[in-house]
Amino acid sequence: MTDTLTRPKRAAGANAPAPSRRYKGFVERRPGKLTYLALTGLALFSAFPLYWSFVVGSHDNGILGEVPPPLGLGPNLFENLERAFGTIDFAKALANSFMVAGAITISVVLFSTLAGFAFAKLAFKGRNALLVMVIATMMVPTQLGIIPLYMLMAKIEWTGTMYAVIAPGLVTAFGVFFMTQYLGEAVPTELIEAARADGCTTLRIFWHVVLPVSKPAAAVLGMLTFMTAWNDFFWPLVVLTPEDPTVQVALSALASGYITDYSLSLTGTIIATVPLLIVFVALGKHIIGGIMQGAIKG
Amino acid sequence: MMKNLLYRLDVKGSPYLYIVPFFFLFAAFGIFPLAYTAWVSMHEWSLLAETHTFIGLQNYKDLFADEYFWNALRNTAQIWVLSTVPQLLMALVLAHVLNQRLRAPTFWRMTAVLPNITSVAAVAIIFGQIFGKDYGLVNWILETLGLGRIDWQAGTASSQIAISVMIIWRWTGYNALIYLAAMQAVSKDLYDAASLDGASSFQQLTRITVPAIRPTIIFTVIISTIGGMQVLAEPLLFGGASVTGGSDRQFQTLSLYLYEVAFSRFDFGYASTAAWAMFGIIVIVAAINYFLTSRLRRS
Repeated sequence: MTDTLTRPKRAAGANAPAPSRRYKGFVERRPGKLTYLALTGLALFSAFPLYWSFVVGSHDNGILGEVPPPLGLGPNLFENLERAFGTIDFAKALANSFMVAGAITISVVLFSTLAGFAFAKLAFKGRNALLVMVIATMMVPTQLGIIPLYMLMAKIEWTGTMYAVIAPGLVTAFGVFFMTQYLGEAVPTELIEAARADGCTTLRIFWHVVLPVSKPAAAVLGMLTFMTAWNDFFWPLVVLTPEDPTVQVALSALASGYITDYSLSLTGTIIATVPLLIVFVALGKHIIGGIMQGAIKG
Repeated sequence: MMKNLLYRLDVKGSPYLYIVPFFFLFAAFGIFPLAYTAWVSMHEWSLLAETHTFIGLQNYKDLFADEYFWNALRNTAQIWVLSTVPQLLMALVLAHVLNQRLRAPTFWRMTAVLPNITSVAAVAIIFGQIFGKDYGLVNWILETLGLGRIDWQAGTASSQIAISVMIIWRWTGYNALIYLAAMQAVSKDLYDAASLDGASSFQQLTRITVPAIRPTIIFTVIISTIGGMQVLAEPLLFGGASVTGGSDRQFQTLSLYLYEVAFSRFDFGYASTAAWAMFGIIVIVAAINYFLTSRLRRS
């Protein structure tokens, strides 16, 4: 299992010299018009459902039943937004989601960098065994422990609060694995030995040597963690109420019921998706890099 | 002397301080609940009752005789096959296409992974509309083509196809990026030699790329299995937030059944039994995957 887990990472690490092949000559496959046509089709396929949520979210329900259905944007987006914010407290939901995802991101990045530093650069008894444990736990579907987790939260009276959502997300095995991999390559061991010889404590080495170097990987891990936390559905649904929800829980409350108000619920999906879309457009390149360095399906 | 001691303490002891937060929090909120699930599963344990009677393996006996459980397991397996097989095949082809000297490679990669940043709840709601009986886009297209409308939710096959489409849409690009990362590590010389021998692009994919990135393919199959066992939001929201997954439970997955037993019936003991059974299934499927593929690798 260890073997299969580490492979993708190794593969990603080896892609660094790739650009040089550009100058090597004739054998490179050159994409033709057909390739770009196929890719454009794919792009449309990827974007269409999101576009469709804007189409439905900007019309009122009556028009959606017409034949043919509208394929362009309509005039009712703001009216629908007002209706959505009036039906469910989306302002509170957005604030909750930002708080939850933000807290989880800071915690995961901090604890993963600390543990990654220890695993990658410090010698201690049991290091290898503990690292194998971390890698093994990446595969454990902890979602199946949801019932005792709920009982625990009920016992400490955290159900219905954001603490209950944040606590189980504070650390991830993937984060530790990711930072261990990165710091192992990025921090020269000689630098740490030299700092030690100068009398630096481990904490000072972490602060002055490791932390600055870890920034790019920490940023990527942070983005991936934020996205996962923002989109998390099952656990928040179980432990929160529609009165004090995250965005995803609010969304599910909006879509409940026998008769679905499509304009309203798809307007909800716009509210839930747009914040991440903005992040994605701004930082997509780094998110892609992060996924390709061996991200794990959440 | 004192300073020397402190130094040794720092070098030998402090590493543990750095890893303790991870292990403590992971044990408390990850491993402990999962392990405790086994204990709860051996009790008659309702959220509403004060006392919890130990009943040994009775819940497991009930579970194996529970037709709803087998129904959910069958649905989960069917949805897993319907979604994973096309998803991974398409991801392979897509990665192969992306693994060329493209203009604006980042842009194309971003379009591929765009569905994955969309939340699963949003995906389920949007596709629920697209597959709607009366106002759905798919039915409008079918009708225009003269094929007639389909009540996607009502049928077993049609509802499971709709749910599989949601999963395929959300994960194909993501898996393609994982494959692409692996493909970029394959020696270019192999492709050079193959194209000199006149191998087509498709032959290069099947003869060179697939064998070379097999560990990554195994990895995605195992990860998809774990993900497939946890499909919940799609069937829940496709059915208008109904926990039964359709009027005849035609698209109720295992996770949704677990959710129904635990948080609609509040039968925590029995739900824990279902959870522990799911854990067992994941372990078995992952093990089968692993042994099959490692035997393949040896031969």
